[in-house]
Amino acid sequence: MARVLKGIDLAIDYGEMAALLGPSGSGKSTLLTILGTLMRASGGSHEMLGIDLINASEKQRTEFRSRHLGFVFQFHHLLPDLTALENVMMPAASAAGRETSAMRHRAAELLNAVGLADRRDYRPNALSGGQRQRVAVARSLINEPVLVLADEPTGNLDLASADKVMELIRRINEATKTSFLISTHDEHIATQCLRRIELFDGRIAD
Amino acid sequence: MSPYAAKLAFRHLLSHPGQTALLITGVTLGVTVFIFMSALIGGLASLLTLRTVGSIPHIILERPDRDPAILSEAPNVQVITQKDLSRREQIAIWQPAIPIISQTPGVTAFSPQIRGAAFLERGQAIASVGIIGVEPGKLSAMADIDRAIIGGSSSLPPDGILVGSRLAKDLGLVVGQVVRLSSDRGRIRSFRIGGIFELGIASADRQAVYMNFTTARALFDLPTGISRIEIKVEPAIDAPNIAAVLRRSTGLKATAWTEDNAQLFEGLDAQARTGTIIKAFALITIVIGIASAMLLSIIRRQSEIGIMRAMGASKTLVVSIFVLEGTLIGLAGAIAGAALAWLALAPMPPVSEVQSGGLPIDQAQGDFLLAILLTTVAAALASVLPARRASRIDPVEAIGS
Ligand SMILES: Nc1ncnc2c1ncn2[C@@H]1O[C@H](COP(=O)(O)OP(=O)(O)OP(=O)(O)O)[C@@H](O)[C@H]1O
Ligand SMILES: [Mg+2]
Repeated sequence: MARVLKGIDLAIDYGEMAALLGPSGSGKSTLLTILGTLMRASGGSHEMLGIDLINASEKQRTEFRSRHLGFVFQFHHLLPDLTALENVMMPAASAAGRETSAMRHRAAELLNAVGLADRRDYRPNALSGGQRQRVAVARSLINEPVLVLADEPTGNLDLASADKVMELIRRINEATKTSFLISTHDEHIATQCLRRIELFDGRIAD
Repeated sequence: MSPYAAKLAFRHLLSHPGQTALLITGVTLGVTVFIFMSALIGGLASLLTLRTVGSIPHIILERPDRDPAILSEAPNVQVITQKDLSRREQIAIWQPAIPIISQTPGVTAFSPQIRGAAFLERGQAIASVGIIGVEPGKLSAMADIDRAIIGGSSSLPPDGILVGSRLAKDLGLVVGQVVRLSSDRGRIRSFRIGGIFELGIASADRQAVYMNFTTARALFDLPTGISRIEIKVEPAIDAPNIAAVLRRSTGLKATAWTEDNAQLFEGLDAQARTGTIIKAFALITIVIGIASAMLLSIIRRQSEIGIMRAMGASKTLVVSIFVLEGTLIGLAGAIAGAALAWLALAPMPPVSEVQSGGLPIDQAQGDFLLAILLTTVAAALASVLPARRASRIDPVEAIGS
């Protein structure tokens, strides 16, 4: 099997907001997938919050993912049968096995923060692309993660919507000290992050 | 089974009402077939049993065989035994048995009878018949002769007889006609045809001749004894046990109807097996329908499942959601099917009143609860494999697509 990532040495601090840049096929999605414990690196070490994630069991990784990580993807991937509010609650409810009023409360706050308080009972197919992506951002934050991994979160949005989502992320990052790692092709997006990480052919360039 | 799994399962089913309704309808039809088959097979068995046991005695008491057993001393001595024909086949002292019989639990009716063979002559026409002499008021104790009368009346004056419809047709007999009977004891007497009956049993309609008990005594030279006592019991299927009781308490030979009707039981058995096969196919159809529907649904919802897994949903949660969806479809279809079958079977007449040519469908034998239970369990099992497949979906692949 071909190596996609080679000699990556990367540390992300609490509260950091970093852009991950690089040409198509350079390994951005692969890196995010590994950091997100959705795929296991074939070698090396991967540690977060002092926990060894390379050697953790699948169950421990699932639990870690649900407790400490948030995800935003290029496509919103909201569940079509659930309302905006229920979608935001989904990661927390999945872990707990039930929806609680505390979750409902927090999800409403998050929808409020992304400017969609009046759309909480809409289903995804009744929302615009930008609105859906904002719901997805709110969903990534429900479990109060330390790190949100965002794979081209604005890749599907027009300029105005993309700016709105990025501004939202910046505000949340400042307010909650949640770290964000955002992959993008867009220089304009990258300039809104404090740190730039560039990938070329599976290596970090400086 | 977490409440969240239940919520997601319900939500998905309710979000696609058309598809859900279609699936439930499929299950409903399967369950209706299942119940209909149970009711039909059960009803057929009841009808055949009813028809068979309705007109025949359930137990016959007769004189025990008294031929002595042979004790052969040398094994190389050949012994030929012959039935002792010097004694008459009669129960000489029968009155003491009557109170015993009438007090035996399960016995609903009994009828002491004089039986014998005779020739019935009308002019040049002659037929061999079996005479049944019954006590007054006991004419319909075994076969319902009163209801089977198609001409004349069922009263039995000393010189009157009742003949079957086939015999009447063969010999051209009509009510009021006078015929001669010569018994196997050599007695000859004239009788008037009092009535003609039709039981629908060929042998009885061709051969049976009913007459007064006292007249039969004279015809067969039996001043005190009787030929047999016929007995009806309830339920008819208990006849072998009751016969054993009577055998002990009366010392008479007791033969239950089941001994002579092994074929009926074989037939009923084969019929029940056929019913089971059809019911099994109905269940298999339900299983295949639900399993394939769940599989399609899971393929369609791959990315949804992937995203849930990526965001921390356990495999157990995913399995629960899909097993629950399948089970809910099964349960809803089972209840709807049971209700539909119940409504459809309600107007069916009771088996005892089914006209010939009509289907004997017995609602009470519809196995409604069994159908609901089996269908729900089958639906749950049918969704297990698709659900496990769903839980193994790789989030990375599902989200990437
Ligand atoms: N499932 C896979 N199996 C094998 N190779 C893969 C797989 N997924 C991706 N790759 C390879 O890994 C390399 C990096 O892919 P990756 O998706 O990480 O790139 P990327 O930087 O996210 O590109 P893009 O900007 O187009 O999204 C590519 O050469 C790709 O062909
Ligand atoms: Mg990518």
